Amino acid sequence: MLSRARRERGRETWRRFRRHRQAILGLALIVLLTGTALLAPALAPYDPDAQTDIVATRYQAPSVSHPMGTDRFGRDIFSRTLYGARISLSIGFLAILIAITLGTAIGAIAGFFGGRLDTVLMRGVDLLLSFPRLVLLVVLVALFEPSIALVTLVLGLTGWMGVSRIVRGQVLTVREMEFVTAARVLGFGRTRILARHVLPNVLTPVIVAATLGIGNTILAEAALSFLGLGVQPPTASWGNMVASGRDAMLDAWWITTFPGLAIVFTVMAFNLVGDGLRDALDPRRVA
Amino acid sequence: MPSPLIQIRDLRTYFATDRGEARAVDGISFEVREGETVALVGESGCGKSVTALSILRLLPEPPGRLLAGSSVRLRGEELTSAAESRLREVRGGEISMIFQEPMTSLNPVFTIGQQVSEAIREHEAMSTGPGERGGAAARRAAIEWLDRVGIPDPEDRYGYYPHQLSGGMRQRVMIAMALSTRPALLIADEPTTALDVTVQRQILELLASLQTELGTAVLLITHDLGIVAQVADRVLVMYAGQIVEEASVEALFRAPQHPYTEGLLQAVPDLEERRERLAEIPGNVPRATAWPTGCRFRPRCPYAWSRCRDVPDLGRSGPAEGSSVRCWLTDEPERRRSGSGFGPRSPDGRREGVGES
Amino acid sequence: MIRYTVRRLLEAVPILIGIVTLIFLLLHLAPGDPATAYFNPNVSPEIIDRMRENLGLDRPLHEQYLRWLRSFFTGDFGYSFSQHRPVADVIRDALPNTLLLSAVSLVLIFVVGCAVGAVQAVRQYSALDNVTTFVSLFVYSMPGFWLGLMLILAFSSPAMPEFLRLPISGVTSIDYEFMGPIERIVDRVRHLVLPSFALGIASAAGVARYMRGSLLEVIGQDYIRTARAKGLSERRVILKHALRNALIPIVSLLGLYLPLLFGGSVVIEVVFSWPGMGRALYNAILARDYPVVMAASFLFGVLVLGANLLADLSYAVIDPRIRTD
Repeated sequence: MLSRARRERGRETWRRFRRHRQAILGLALIVLLTGTALLAPALAPYDPDAQTDIVATRYQAPSVSHPMGTDRFGRDIFSRTLYGARISLSIGFLAILIAITLGTAIGAIAGFFGGRLDTVLMRGVDLLLSFPRLVLLVVLVALFEPSIALVTLVLGLTGWMGVSRIVRGQVLTVREMEFVTAARVLGFGRTRILARHVLPNVLTPVIVAATLGIGNTILAEAALSFLGLGVQPPTASWGNMVASGRDAMLDAWWITTFPGLAIVFTVMAFNLVGDGLRDALDPRRVA
Repeated sequence: MPSPLIQIRDLRTYFATDRGEARAVDGISFEVREGETVALVGESGCGKSVTALSILRLLPEPPGRLLAGSSVRLRGEELTSAAESRLREVRGGEISMIFQEPMTSLNPVFTIGQQVSEAIREHEAMSTGPGERGGAAARRAAIEWLDRVGIPDPEDRYGYYPHQLSGGMRQRVMIAMALSTRPALLIADEPTTALDVTVQRQILELLASLQTELGTAVLLITHDLGIVAQVADRVLVMYAGQIVEEASVEALFRAPQHPYTEGLLQAVPDLEERRERLAEIPGNVPRATAWPTGCRFRPRCPYAWSRCRDVPDLGRSGPAEGSSVRCWLTDEPERRRSGSGFGPRSPDGRREGVGES
Repeated sequence: MIRYTVRRLLEAVPILIGIVTLIFLLLHLAPGDPATAYFNPNVSPEIIDRMRENLGLDRPLHEQYLRWLRSFFTGDFGYSFSQHRPVADVIRDALPNTLLLSAVSLVLIFVVGCAVGAVQAVRQYSALDNVTTFVSLFVYSMPGFWLGLMLILAFSSPAMPEFLRLPISGVTSIDYEFMGPIERIVDRVRHLVLPSFALGIASAAGVARYMRGSLLEVIGQDYIRTARAKGLSERRVILKHALRNALIPIVSLLGLYLPLLFGGSVVIEVVFSWPGMGRALYNAILARDYPVVMAASFLFGVLVLGANLLADLSYAVIDPRIRTD
């Protein structure tokens, strides 16, 4: 289905992306992370929930047998961090998927059909954007019972607004372009034009926004879990691991430090790739 | 003959680019004398703007560089080796410059009055010491100048922002900014290209009258031969980073020596003549990273022959006094008659075509 | 300018109504009877019924909505069950603290962010630029709560020398009452340092990145070339001509970062035990104290709205092209 011209452009984009050393680093990191997340059961030296003799094994400083130490219950932090990657990454990906689907749909409809529908939809977006995302998240979660599914859903529901604006802007521009007029002259229905001709062209900024958005989503999930409103213990999420170490922080700094570092590097990786993508896809940049 | 104000010898400005080194200006020498108007003519990509910017060293130094051996002298003083502080005195002081796009060339967040006063204050301060031209005095001088360039209601307009004025007005502001410091030389880089034709003429007349009043020399950079005919005393034709012809304006228009000049003149449509097609110079302007070997105009020249594989040097004087041309045709002028010339109708009626090379 | 301000204020009114409406909808979206959700479930059913009647929760929806609207606009936010006092009092105590923290963070974000970004732009590609870019990215990717905890760790660790110790919780020290006026100010400032840093530094990194790009773009503009052609010193060209233009798009970032700032304050206030709106919201959620939750959400919405308005107005001040429309 991809025309030759589009394949050419794809190749060119990849070439430019490759030149961005940091973006490649980011991509490598993401691959590494996804790999560890998928292979966590095989890579983790211990069962993340395993508790043996608590008094003997708890609060151990990082050592060869426990590279990131143990927590209050004697569980190995390294293993928990690996499993936490599964949680954070899957929530992140799913939530972003929800967000871009919703955002693209609403933005496309608003931009393409215009008129009052557009105004109403965009006012709604403005309204939702009047709230800090975390406040919305916290309130929404509070109204229901916290669970991984709820967290994912709610993250998706609070993250689509930016995408919808981007898509709407792109649709507005593309709509006026000649090939769309040509399609209309040929008698194609509006929905078909929207789906087959307009949307493929607006995808590029959405991809960039999505990549950068995963980082923010992971941060938001971590904050929720930290507050106890996200992933519930004993399931390991980097956010709730940091929270669990808070009381013993002065004596056992490793419980809060390592999961937090995991968050930082993960978000960094996505930001690097997002930046690289943005520069590579920006048509204004002269090679 | 008035003394030389600016002397440029063997100026070379190269740029480092992705595709290799671009030799934008590749060995240019010329003079501008006090009070005269010299036009630097050529198509885009020939290096004329770069020449202008090189005089004032306004180019970003990486990726650009002036090669050793280039010389730019202002009344005998070498500018290529001058200290930055001296260069700043010259810029806007002894040599001013105006640019093509008045909208983007003026700072959008300051009023036009402020921008003109700034120029005045900067250079008065240097010559008369700070405090002598206080803010109020500079403001008065700026208003005077706004009036002088033909801006109506200058007291009021002083507080206007650039986006509130038309293109022609903005260019007048640029001229006021440039001339208020009474420079000896004004470099005008395509000053009228972005303007409507009617406004163009007004601006040119304004420049001409101010020039006479102040005795300023003008280096006019343009691709429009019509303007050249109107205002210039002497013309320098540039192609592919080099000067290919130099002559007084009458001599150039009457009897162009270089085939490129010939082509340019032929390309100007004549309202009186009836033509089926516009004449044009075949081919495209070559890239600065890959100038052709030998005579750089050879690939597009209708008269080219085997000799043109060698680079002709400038200074093969043409028939008129004070002209020079970079072309082997001066040695073998009979080829000019037998060649095919440009356009569908060359002077002797032949059809178009590029000669053997 | 005044006309512009008034116009924007009028435009804000429907959005305010929208915010209240949204909160109303959310409350009625939750599973279960809003009455039981609205009240402490430990209270006996008769009392619940009476309160339900009292507050008109058995009336038709649109009537409830109008009452709701009216009460919000008159400032009557109901009664807090976890704190046993009117919600309005809770807000009155908590709001100034959040505003103070946010304001200080905002200043930090913009001053540090713009300064770092500007230096990076002027020294493009230097070692300083590259190091700063990396550090910026690192900081930008940090969760605020984690940074807060790391700061607390650092500043309460025995390794930290006495004179560098900073307070890690609260707005003022225990012996605040006994301090003289200067001491009091110093005490407040010291308490502000760590939380505002944790709250703002990630956004400062974001601003720095933006500023770098913006200034670089401005420096490439024609009018900068004109300024140089006028013989102005490089310093004047950058500081006077370039900077002001580069700051214009930064102001629009305010609209983006303020919600982030307010959202972040929820977490930071919890970490640093800062008695502001964020912590009030959080505690209310844990205690299922819905009146406070709703009032706090409403106020956050208002804060963001107000902040956006301020951002638009400063935009008009900085960019003359907007004013003279």
